[in-house]
Amino acid sequence: MAHRFPALTQEQKKELSEIAQRIVANGKGILAADESVGTMGNRLQRIKVENTEENRRQFREILFSVDSSINQSIGGVILFHETLYQKDSQGKLFRNILKEKGIVVGIKLDQGAAPLAGTNKETTIQGLDGLSERCAQYKKDGVDFGKWRAVLRITDQCPSSLAIQENANALARYASICQQNGLVPIVEPEVIPDGDHDLEHCQYVTEKVLAAVYKALNDHHVYLEGTLLKPNMVTAGHACTKKYTPEQVAMATVTALHRTVPAAVPGICFLSGGMSEEDATLNLNAINLCHLPKPWKLSFSYGRALLQTRRQPRRLL
Amino acid sequence: CLLSVTMPHSYPALSAEQKKELSDIALRIVAPGKGILAADESVGSMAKRLSQIGVENTEENRRLYRQVLFSADDRVKKCIGGVIFFHETLYQKDDNGVPFVRTIQDKGIVVGIKVDKGVVPLAGTDGETTTQGLDGLSERCAQYKKDGADFAKWRCVLKISERTPSALAILENANVLARYASICQQNGIVPIVEPEILPDGDHDLKRCQYVTEKVLAAVYKALSDHHVYLEGTLLKPNMVTPGHACPIKYTPEEIAMATVTALRRTVPPAVPGVTFLSGGQSEEEASLNLNAINRCPLPRPWALTFSYGRALQASALNAWRGQQDNAGAATEEFIKRAEVNGLAAQGKYEGSGEDGGAAAQSLYIANHAY
Repeated sequence: MAHRFPALTQEQKKELSEIAQRIVANGKGILAADESVGTMGNRLQRIKVENTEENRRQFREILFSVDSSINQSIGGVILFHETLYQKDSQGKLFRNILKEKGIVVGIKLDQGAAPLAGTNKETTIQGLDGLSERCAQYKKDGVDFGKWRAVLRITDQCPSSLAIQENANALARYASICQQNGLVPIVEPEVIPDGDHDLEHCQYVTEKVLAAVYKALNDHHVYLEGTLLKPNMVTAGHACTKKYTPEQVAMATVTALHRTVPAAVPGICFLSGGMSEEDATLNLNAINLCHLPKPWKLSFSYGRALLQTRRQPRRLL
Repeated sequence: CLLSVTMPHSYPALSAEQKKELSDIALRIVAPGKGILAADESVGSMAKRLSQIGVENTEENRRLYRQVLFSADDRVKKCIGGVIFFHETLYQKDDNGVPFVRTIQDKGIVVGIKVDKGVVPLAGTDGETTTQGLDGLSERCAQYKKDGADFAKWRCVLKISERTPSALAILENANVLARYASICQQNGIVPIVEPEILPDGDHDLKRCQYVTEKVLAAVYKALSDHHVYLEGTLLKPNMVTPGHACPIKYTPEEIAMATVTALRRTVPPAVPGVTFLSGGQSEEEASLNLNAINRCPLPRPWALTFSYGRALQASALNAWRGQQDNAGAATEEFIKRAEVNGLAAQGKYEGSGEDGGAAAQSLYIANHAY
């Protein structure tokens, strides 16, 4: 039981914890603008725009050129690697534009899924190789938080204990490495909504997954006060015939978190996972009105749910 | 990893009614300003207590002593939410033939029962132990429930040294606590989960905090794996303190900060209450520390209260000394400590201003086992 080997100094802990709190201060949330090239391809194709670096740059420029009042609701923006080094039409770096608006800059760090052999098409996430050096460089380039998305799915046989354990472990390694380099890790164990399972089943799986995540974070000596959680809300599968109200979603979600997420975690920023903009907002509102004790800030880290509308008008050009 | 390959969810461990019953019991025990009297000393532990005041360890003397505590008047209603009994005591009566269980229940206090059967060694470790008592536990719980018990207690013991607690000790004790908790809940009994890390040793506050965090993380993972309903449990941990032989002295505020930090990092908000053990702290120390914990500036989503044995009874035991003439005065001593701790559980205790006396004497017993 080594204890003479603290992972972080007091100063490091203070820096991480302050960054995390800045991101979720006063009800602020995160804009997830970190779509990979492939994912941007999907998005742009739907509005019939070619997936070129310049088009991606222009799209991000639209997002980042809003006026400074945006910093009342957005505490952090997650960027994709390419975007971190892009500039607006005046030649100003996007990351500097964001920082000047008082927004914390984050970076997607994972390198996509890899299959877990012997499972029913389950995956783990790659990206640990050379991660420390990458984090150090990103920190120099103005980034203060990272994001890493693990994916689990629900079927009869899934998620398997291997998938849960392996993804929790990879998340914990990523988080540990981030913190060593002054980056706040956003921990994202997404249980995807594909399937016809009901709300109760999603809650059950979410609880098991989160329990494993927090055990792994503890095992890896991750400083919880300097992390954020980005989970799915607890919802029924997309193909589930039963419909649930935002209040039911809220109660199931907060109950699951309540049973698994230690109070030391400063903020929980939900992913929108394919919900409509309106549903994502209504659900988040219901979550914040839920009467169960909620010692963490409950906010958003939305991609599609913030960006859908912004994409549509371009069709008319 | 204890999960099977598939993820059954059509096998809920408890119905909605069972959950509600458990959660209601837990909330009653840790209602604001209330804590637990741990009066569950085994026969062996009572031997030590009684020998210190020159009283013979007979069943009758044990009955007379518990009677001193249980005859406390209605003043205890506002500060005692639960009493933990030892098996023998659950079936004893007062001088008027009224069962102790009835007397306690009539005061609106929840009756609990110690169900573990003591520690046994873990071979291949440096003197570490696990706790036995799982055999036939379901049947015993069912009977205790019929006999008036609504909660139970099971104590695991870990110790800090160069190489302990080992990974095996942590894992095994967490697992056995989770099995016990699961079985209790199946029988309508709220399990108090007690993973005590002993204060023996010369380690400092930081070391104790580190170990406590590791132990509690393992406990809550095991509870999750065993499908235990957290809202229907209570936690009985050690406060985070330095070892008894540590030369550095810490203030109640430092102890409070270390304790609350450790809990915030490991105990899910769904747990309704944390009822600290006193572990050999003096009566006054245990109250001052609990008070500081409740004044700690960090956000605390669970009730933080007491489950004290020695720290509620030392003065009473001393005042009684086995003499029936002293019974009334002894009961008063107990009521006094109960009220003080009820205040401390709300951060409202201003301190006794007294030095010395039974209240300040350290109640440390090396390598404490019941």
